Amino acid sequence: MTDTALRSAIRPEARATQWRRLSSDWAADRQTFPGASWRKAMMWIFLLSDTFVFGCFLIGYMTVRMSTTVPWPNPSEVFALEIGGTTLPLILIAIMTFVLISSSGTMAMAVACGYRRRRRATALLMLLTALLGTTFVGMQAFEWTKLIHEGVRPWENPWGAEQFGAAFFMITGFHGTHVTIGVLILLVVARKVWRGDYDTGRRGFFTSQPGRYENVEIAGLYWHFVDLVWVFIFALFYLW
Amino acid sequence: MADAHLGTADRLPGAIEEGELYHPRSWITRYVFSQDAKIIAIQYSSTALAIGLVALVLSWLIRLQLGFPGLVSFIGPSEYYQYITMHGMIMVVYLLTALFLGGFGNYLIPLMLGARDMVFPYVNMLSYWIYLLAVLVLVASFFVPGGPTGAGWTLYPPQAILAGTPGRDWGIVLMLVSLILFIIGFTMGGVNYVVTVLQARAPGMTLMRMPLTIWGIFTATVLALLAFPALFVGALMMLLDRLIGTSFFMPAIIEAGQRLRHGGGSPILFQHLFWFFGHPEVYIVALPAFGIVSDLISTHARKNIFGYRMMVWAIVAIGALSFVVWAHHMYVSGMNPYFGFFFATTTLIIAIPTAIKVYNWVLTLWRGDIHLTVPMLFAIGFIVTFLNGGLTGLFLGNVVVDVPLSDTMFVVAHFHMVMGVAPILVIFGGIYHWYPKVTGRMLDERLGKLHFWVTFLGAYLIFFPMHYLGLLGVPRRYFEIEGLSFVPASVSGLNAFISVVAFVVGAAQIAFLVNLVHSLRHGAPAGPNPWRATTLEWQTPETPPAHGNWGASLPVVYRWPYDYSVPGADRDFVPQNQPGLTRAGAPA
Repeated sequence: MTDTALRSAIRPEARATQWRRLSSDWAADRQTFPGASWRKAMMWIFLLSDTFVFGCFLIGYMTVRMSTTVPWPNPSEVFALEIGGTTLPLILIAIMTFVLISSSGTMAMAVACGYRRRRRATALLMLLTALLGTTFVGMQAFEWTKLIHEGVRPWENPWGAEQFGAAFFMITGFHGTHVTIGVLILLVVARKVWRGDYDTGRRGFFTSQPGRYENVEIAGLYWHFVDLVWVFIFALFYLW
Repeated sequence: MADAHLGTADRLPGAIEEGELYHPRSWITRYVFSQDAKIIAIQYSSTALAIGLVALVLSWLIRLQLGFPGLVSFIGPSEYYQYITMHGMIMVVYLLTALFLGGFGNYLIPLMLGARDMVFPYVNMLSYWIYLLAVLVLVASFFVPGGPTGAGWTLYPPQAILAGTPGRDWGIVLMLVSLILFIIGFTMGGVNYVVTVLQARAPGMTLMRMPLTIWGIFTATVLALLAFPALFVGALMMLLDRLIGTSFFMPAIIEAGQRLRHGGGSPILFQHLFWFFGHPEVYIVALPAFGIVSDLISTHARKNIFGYRMMVWAIVAIGALSFVVWAHHMYVSGMNPYFGFFFATTTLIIAIPTAIKVYNWVLTLWRGDIHLTVPMLFAIGFIVTFLNGGLTGLFLGNVVVDVPLSDTMFVVAHFHMVMGVAPILVIFGGIYHWYPKVTGRMLDERLGKLHFWVTFLGAYLIFFPMHYLGLLGVPRRYFEIEGLSFVPASVSGLNAFISVVAFVVGAAQIAFLVNLVHSLRHGAPAGPNPWRATTLEWQTPETPPAHGNWGASLPVVYRWPYDYSVPGADRDFVPQNQPGLTRAGAPA
């Protein structure tokens, strides 16, 4: 136990002082979060809002799943693939999850390279991340095609509650759109890094503001968020 | 870790970022596609007022039908529902939300905090243009076959998307698309407002030195960023139900002897999503009004706001509580009755911070040097109407009282008092207060007082009798109440009276618009600080403030925003950026 923690455990008023210090730090001059630049803070606030969007999607899905009177199709059977004669439950989803989480790894490496000013390595790692993201979307397209061939529609499916198809297409579609937008952002930022825009201070076409290597990290925040959301979709839609 | 690698070309950790201003080179980028928050604020406000006029005309048509049924031939039941729906949605979302956050927020946040602009002006500009697109899509629904949706502003499924509801074919689709656009546009503005408040304040401007206006707008923006997602998701799901035949909200339904394709969905899920947005929305509108009215009262009573810290914490507490009260709109929806107990309790708890605010406003007025200027009149009018509407809120927050009253005119009276009339009075007060800074000229005071008295007394005459109508059992949302056995015949006389007053109050707004336009050219020159106010926006080097707001260097803040009538000071106000003398005349 550290000294301060010990003191605050013995004397509650010391803890009160700590709370006061915390609040006065937050309320302090000019910046509430001195470590965060304006754009990074904006991305965090946006992601907070987007969390609520996905939260509402998932809660809505769980509500219809619980309130529907028809049995829900079994995800491990629906999402099984037959490979070499054996039926593997959820195999495609497992690969997709692996790919997306790996892309978070390459993204983190890109951010680290960016702050070390390794221009080409940064751009290449971002391209690799975008490639993994595209692979993910491609596999999702494959999954959609397979299900559509099996007769799954937003309004019906052969196995049970029709909300299955509706929730599946809506949630994975919305998440896939996020991944696609993320890939586009990565490509744009990677191009700027490759061209050296952040070294020369070249101005953006739309915003007419010079960019910084920090933009790599901000794109990364979005990317990790999309990845994290997928973990929840995976747990709540496929594993439940 | 990452920060350790921030090189010299990057911002040093802890150093304040000075955003580089975009300097417009042409008339188009200066006044049309402007990235200056002040221009964007004017664009937001004008658009919101313009669409608000549409909603005002719709309210006339509603009153025409209620007061004088059958007088005009073109109002049938379908039209009546369309008017009600559009009136409600426009007023709540496209007028009040847009005007408080997009209008007042854009103008006041950078100026009151001593920033040069919002933190990301380009995205801020996009926010307005997407808002305008949302408004245009909404207006377009008046011109499509079948007209706008008549589902009621709450858009409850399944009826909102079933045949028989007006505007089922096109109107509801355009409404949902417009809401989705509005939310996207708002989010772009909202992240700007929040980050500007958190990260771009002038030197010396701590959070506890921010004017309450900013606290209100800031907290409301946070609420909006967290509450609009629920509406976004609900709107998207209903759009899918309507367009491609999913059944998120649609139970099994038999229509004209035919079983519809829908089945198994949960209509009450939409109500939860809608009100998870809808209740915070009340405070998205109310909190900026609370903040603005605090500043108006303090300035025009020449007295510091009573209990500043409590006012701040009350705003924050109301904001937090507003997320756990939503189902008090759903007592009659058929949800589990035990929920009613929980939500009634939280609803009544929210009365505590709200009451703190009302007491503090009154105590600020107590023995103040009250100047009955036009903004002050509107501020006092707000306290009265808000108190009135808040008290009926306590009635309706209790399940046992709400159940018999919930579909009567009592509810209409309640929410118009508390989130219709009260915030609108603050908007007017705010416009009279800040117009001199925006244009450099004063609004005409005689016209303003006429506008105030007709609006305030008229609004009371309109909505106060509605409480009686509600207690008599007059139902809301009915196209016609003639011949209902449970409604006494005397009701129609009162209804006609309300309608006549409504026409007069609506017409009085013309005086306001004339004043706005006329004073642009012919108003008395205002000077930089006509109200002798302390906050930073009145201390700009130029009036109206120039691009970049502050000239060569940012203002430095030395004190809180409420140093009025300080003993020992040479004037009865001490601007926030004046060094030296502190409160009670002690040296700094």
